Amino acid sequence: MGEGILYRVSGPIISTKKTSGIVMNEEVRIGEEGLIGEVIGINAEEATIQVYEDTTGIRPGIKVYGTNKPLSVELGPGLLSQTFDGIQRPLTVIKKEQGIFVKRGAKPPPLSREKEWKVDIQIKEGDIIGPNSIIGEVKETTLVKHRILVPPDAMGKVVEIIESSTYKVNDTICILQDEEGEKRELKLFHSWPVRKKRPFIKRLPPEEILFTGQRVIDSIFPIAKGGVAAIPGGFGTGKTVTQHSLAKWADADIIIYIGCGERGNEMAEVLEEFPKLKDPRSGKSIMERTILIANTSNMPVTARESSIYTGITIGEYFRDMGYDVAIMADSTSRWAEALREISGRMEEMPAERGFPAYLGSRLAEFYERGGRMEVAEGRVGSVSIIGAVSPPGGDFSEPVTTHTKHFIRALWALDTELAYSRHYPAISWTESYSEYFEEIIGWWEREGIDMENLRNRVMGILMEESHLQQIAQLVGERALPEGERLTLKVAELIKEGFLQQNALSKVDAYCSPKKQFRMLKVILDFGETARDLLNEGIPLFKIIELPIFSEIKRMGEDIRNDEIDKFDKLEDKLNKEFEELRKEYG
Amino acid sequence: MDNIYQKKLIGAQEITGPLLIVEGIQNVGFGEMIEIEQEGMKRLGRVLEVSGDRAVCQVFEGTSGIDREKVRIRFTGTPMKLPVSLEMVGRVFDGVGRPIDGGGEVMAEFERDINGAPLNPDARAYPHENIITGISAIDGITTLIRGQKLPIFSGSGLPHNEIAAQIVNQAKIATKENFNIIFASLGIKADTASFFQRKFEEGGAIDRLITFQNLADSPTIERLITPRCALTAAEYLAFDKGRHVLVILTDLTNYCEALREVSTARGEVPSRKGYPGYLYSDLATLYERTGRAEGKKGSITQLPILTMPNDDITHPIPDLTGYITEGQVVLSRELHQKGIYPPIDILSSLSRLMKDGIGEGQTRKDHPNLYSQLYASYSRVQRIRSLASIIGEDELSETDRRYLKFGEDFEVKFLKQDSREARRIEETLDIGWEVLRDIPESELTRVSKNEIQEFWRK
Repeated sequence: MGEGILYRVSGPIISTKKTSGIVMNEEVRIGEEGLIGEVIGINAEEATIQVYEDTTGIRPGIKVYGTNKPLSVELGPGLLSQTFDGIQRPLTVIKKEQGIFVKRGAKPPPLSREKEWKVDIQIKEGDIIGPNSIIGEVKETTLVKHRILVPPDAMGKVVEIIESSTYKVNDTICILQDEEGEKRELKLFHSWPVRKKRPFIKRLPPEEILFTGQRVIDSIFPIAKGGVAAIPGGFGTGKTVTQHSLAKWADADIIIYIGCGERGNEMAEVLEEFPKLKDPRSGKSIMERTILIANTSNMPVTARESSIYTGITIGEYFRDMGYDVAIMADSTSRWAEALREISGRMEEMPAERGFPAYLGSRLAEFYERGGRMEVAEGRVGSVSIIGAVSPPGGDFSEPVTTHTKHFIRALWALDTELAYSRHYPAISWTESYSEYFEEIIGWWEREGIDMENLRNRVMGILMEESHLQQIAQLVGERALPEGERLTLKVAELIKEGFLQQNALSKVDAYCSPKKQFRMLKVILDFGETARDLLNEGIPLFKIIELPIFSEIKRMGEDIRNDEIDKFDKLEDKLNKEFEELRKEYG
Repeated sequence: MDNIYQKKLIGAQEITGPLLIVEGIQNVGFGEMIEIEQEGMKRLGRVLEVSGDRAVCQVFEGTSGIDREKVRIRFTGTPMKLPVSLEMVGRVFDGVGRPIDGGGEVMAEFERDINGAPLNPDARAYPHENIITGISAIDGITTLIRGQKLPIFSGSGLPHNEIAAQIVNQAKIATKENFNIIFASLGIKADTASFFQRKFEEGGAIDRLITFQNLADSPTIERLITPRCALTAAEYLAFDKGRHVLVILTDLTNYCEALREVSTARGEVPSRKGYPGYLYSDLATLYERTGRAEGKKGSITQLPILTMPNDDITHPIPDLTGYITEGQVVLSRELHQKGIYPPIDILSSLSRLMKDGIGEGQTRKDHPNLYSQLYASYSRVQRIRSLASIIGEDELSETDRRYLKFGEDFEVKFLKQDSREARRIEETLDIGWEVLRDIPESELTRVSKNEIQEFWRK
């Protein structure tokens, strides 16, 4: 095993001299306490190491040992419903061992070695199996069957296989023999390096929507399963609330929420709230399909850097089982800042705003690990990535936002003005975009909804509105002709009645596809009928005085997902009120 | 303690800015504390980097007057520790935690590393309980929650100190017995410090108070230590003794400038405006020492005050702060000039934790919607005001004119109050409904019909 002598300590970065046998990206242990580090640079006889724990008191002269393996995560039953830190240390176990503070030197294994799992074996002796073949299944939670996979780097003939029964993760369940006669023992879990993407057979185009129950996203700027999206927004614009909503309601099989350099109380909120929430489709607690990676802003910056990789590697593992995985990374800017901090400590030459020159390529590597893939045995799985970006001063021209825009295909730009007027989610309809709309339109069609037509009409009205608003700013709204003022009123309905959605409301937090469609339809029907009336000479103020006008604004809150027929009543009411107005004007 | 640490070294190799570079050392650890002596003068410092037999140290009191040849440096072998005990309550300490009120040393119950350790996110308890401050703009619009960090973003000349003092004196946090205030001044003027002292005495808070003082003429680098001492004491009171602790740090802008000074002296690559790239992480190690923990009775609430250079909210200090804290209370120069106290700009202020600490059983059932309605309507007022400045008030519609009236009333009746007036939450909410009567019912889209019936019409 390799080793070296510690020479220099500067915050989380250390370097060793007299180093031998240590390789790039190897996980190392430092001193008697065995602090965890990773090699991030090597020259002649010096290695640069980032340390994942506090380095206070560490002194030159102590020994650093190699572990012969790159920084890895453990993949196997016991991942779901857990909270890990940035290097996959189980925070619940650490809490039991250490109390409320995370002290250094804690090294409990990520997966419990004691817990017993009921394994249902699906292969037999003599089978030839390869990367990502399914050995068996464990019902990890009532929601998720955990498929036990052959590690991507193993293949051969099954020479020994256990019977279906209960086992612990460290038990050997299968022995493979390859063509050279080399035997390999497989356990209920395997390890995989976090910085190496898990292999797959081929990338497939996205075709299904990742349905989120958020109207402005699903109907206007959708994301596909296997898609990559970013949410940039200054502080207070609601990035985290949006990310939480997606984690709660997205129709993915597995949710991985990476709290990367963010607030501790936000993680506490997730931990308190998620177990109580039920998945709208299965009725089970959403925690059963969720994994949390919590590396808050005051935890070591190096582990913040690795938390993104820990999350995505676990995501790829569930993808390999054939699941649709959604990863929320909040926030990628904190991760980029961790890169900057580490790069600065290594005295690298900075590029834009002090960020290292490789910022763009690191971001690309990360987002490219998303996608819909054929994995093995005809199985298809996907990893969708939704990254929050926190641009300093809300300025979208900063490096992290601009680089991120190159690698994503849906952008949900959060607007400070909207947030200040408490229009939530504060997703700007002028700056946001989604390239997935065309690709997933088939999904809406299968639901029997002509979303393309509705969306185009809505976007048309919104675009016209922003143009009219500019004029109104100069001459006042009252100076506009009635027809244009009606457009402003319809846009108001779209914004307040449809685009705004109350994430904290029991009724409104999740909106079903049917409800989204009916809501849009009522608004557009209102607009059309109102225009007819206007042409017949009925004044605008009469039209917007109708009770239906304010009722439409409240329908998100008033009509539950399971009361779609109430929309028929709403449409009837709309027609009736208009009819009466017509009579009044004879 | 190991003997090697007791070894005195004679002379520093190099002195630059606040840094002292020492060579020929052995067994010196990263982050350990050093004691510096020269002809009777004593100073403290900390190791920022070790490299072989060379250490870069930061001197809290500055390096001025240090003689390379005569100085004696002792490496203590441990990070800086603060002796903590209940005896600290009522006492005054300097910026590095030494008593300066003439009351003698504090008998330590524990010695705690001032850098603390991060709270395990899994062990945090989500904060729910509000703190009523008696200030309508805060209680009604940006409710403060026990366990929250809510900074005041201010500018020079704005009355942030008055507001902070009013909050401390009026805050109803549980019972007085288990409520403590920790006040840490970071480079503020002696006048300001005595203003606070006076206010605390008036409000009877003095015997619950611990003060850490680093004034404008105190050593700059010491400021990097002061908030850590304050928070170490806070953690002890909250998590060992079950107290509710309100920590006031003022002014964080001075802290960040001290950080920049050290960073520049070390020749580090700067990011924005010369501040180091790790400003966010460093501030987080302060702000995140707030909150509640599972199974612990106490709580830490932080009220940091910072003055925005040039009133610029996008300046790195308020910007990074806003990304870490759970909201912000922003003061407005415009309101201040109009004579509104407290001049809180509710539109850019926010309390992220309030949603779980208001409403039925907490404040009153109409609070969440009333808050939302007031906010939306006042935000409309701003748009109408800018429109009126272009087309003239006469050209506005009737509804718009009623909004302008609402805007005036909101500022004068709801926001404005005396610096000694403690409003009950019911009063605050009732005033909110009262000013809403300026606008027509059809505009009240954020409140329910029942609420209109019960509160607006009455």
